[in-house]
Amino acid sequence: MAIIEAHQIRKSYGNLEVLHDVDLSVREGEILGLIGPSGSGKSTLLRILDLIEPPNSGKLSIFGIDTVKDHGRWLDLRRRMGMLFQRPIVFNASVYDNVAMGLRYRGTSRDDIDRKVKEALEAVGLSRYVKSRATDLSGGEQQRVALSRVLVTDPEILFLDEPTANLDPTSTATIEAIVTRLNREANMTVVISTHDLAQGQRLAHRVGVMIEGMIAQTGASREIFHEPKDRRIARFVGVQNIIPGRVVSRSDGLAVVEARGKQILSATPTPGEEVDMVIRGEDISLHRREPGFEEAENLFPATVTTIEPTAPFVNVTVHCGCDLAALVTARRAETLGLHDGMQVWVSIQAKAVHLIPRVQSG
Amino acid sequence: MVNGNPIIEGLVEAIELIVTLNPQVVEITIRSLYISLTATFFASLIALPLGALIYFYEFRGKRAVVSTLQTLYALPTVIVGLLVFLFLSNIGPFGFLRLLYTPGGMIVAQTILIIPLLMGLTVAALSGIDRDKRYTITALGASRLQTVMTIIAEARFAVMAGVLLGFGRAIAEVGTVMIVGGNIRGATRVLTTAIALNTSMANYSLSIALGIILLGVALGVNIALSLVQRR
Repeated sequence: MAIIEAHQIRKSYGNLEVLHDVDLSVREGEILGLIGPSGSGKSTLLRILDLIEPPNSGKLSIFGIDTVKDHGRWLDLRRRMGMLFQRPIVFNASVYDNVAMGLRYRGTSRDDIDRKVKEALEAVGLSRYVKSRATDLSGGEQQRVALSRVLVTDPEILFLDEPTANLDPTSTATIEAIVTRLNREANMTVVISTHDLAQGQRLAHRVGVMIEGMIAQTGASREIFHEPKDRRIARFVGVQNIIPGRVVSRSDGLAVVEARGKQILSATPTPGEEVDMVIRGEDISLHRREPGFEEAENLFPATVTTIEPTAPFVNVTVHCGCDLAALVTARRAETLGLHDGMQVWVSIQAKAVHLIPRVQSG
Repeated sequence: MVNGNPIIEGLVEAIELIVTLNPQVVEITIRSLYISLTATFFASLIALPLGALIYFYEFRGKRAVVSTLQTLYALPTVIVGLLVFLFLSNIGPFGFLRLLYTPGGMIVAQTILIIPLLMGLTVAALSGIDRDKRYTITALGASRLQTVMTIIAEARFAVMAGVLLGFGRAIAEVGTVMIVGGNIRGATRVLTTAIALNTSMANYSLSIALGIILLGVALGVNIALSLVQRR
């Protein structure tokens, strides 16, 4: 069942439209990752879903309640959710009082507050700071205080807005571990925005890519990484090779795409005649000698043009009519003895050649 | 004594006056503190809620109100003195209160003088609470009233700094208390007016003594201010 259902959400600030027609549904008990470049509207969307600010138009139902009609229930709904922001926010008070804030707003009894606050601080490893002034703590510690402040209120939905950007690895790991555990044990629904693709992949069951104020694609993270729906998504998920081409024939689920006179096999369904081939650098293998031919594989000779180390990988650009960027491990590059102008054999599995429709002017 | 420098003599005598707790010096100091503290109290009572109201409510011309307040920070004290004088004098609408030339009238004048400053600084203090903090308060499930209370509590030190500045301006000003109080010995004479008068009468030792005390008060305010701002 969808715990959050958003349709055609729009939000502008002055003349700046930050969200256009966002459609999103979040299932109960899942961790949904929202990834996208800075300024794509992730934070704004999270604030709207958490009912911190209203959208300009669109439909939004949370826990099955229509929030557009039922404005009077916003406070109640908000008290069933929680949000952690990117910048660690603490108030000028003791750590204890900071963590107790949400419970005090809800009129929780003193004894319960005392018990819950101490438990929560224990869980994030900050018990020894109970009486310290929260503003005196480090950024990572402050963020852990902020997380406990949210968690003591037992939210059914937790929103995390880039919660670990600029945090030290220990605090990041603590926060990720707690979120994963709560999701598993308490079935807490989590929506986490991040521009860290790896974090999205690590935590989320499902990923939504946000680009320019819209949800451009949702799916399993594997799908997003290997089968981006368009050029912008492909760029964002770090695809090195986007090559325009034309489908010239199809047979047995294999399409032949012609690009600069070279024919390349693709195993993905063709979205049309004019396509862009999307090939991840790590799916391109380089060989010193011609390897044995495998089925459904592209195999051709090429010339190495540039070698750029980006530890622990090496970015190798080869020329074969068009330029291809391959990602090779540093060790493999050494074994191959790569150098500029060297002749190599390139192999790419047909499965690794993903086709997207070409947008003119795109 | 005959050949001594009057300034050095005055300084020595001034210290004597302070150390021996000269009754006149003590009386003037206590009156000064009483009037300015009371004025600061009443001004806070009026200006802090009004400042909060301006901050929390959206209305047309809000920006104009805030910039007017900021202009009034530098309200010339003699102008306030003149206006309050006219209002409290026998020909004015509040003449029947008989507050002219009384400490009560001086309190009124100083209160009016520092209200814009306190209001403006309250708005500034509350505006200092950033957007993310307000979002956090909302996200934690605060009601409207709880939100207001939390923001005020969070801005308490900045508001206190504003109140201290207001007190500093009240106790150091001479224009309104001179016009409205009349500098009557034993009744409305305060530190600043006493210094002005005694200096013009070449009674330097008393002036210097009162000056040292006034500086001491200013220093005290400053120390309190820096303590508050460090929070």
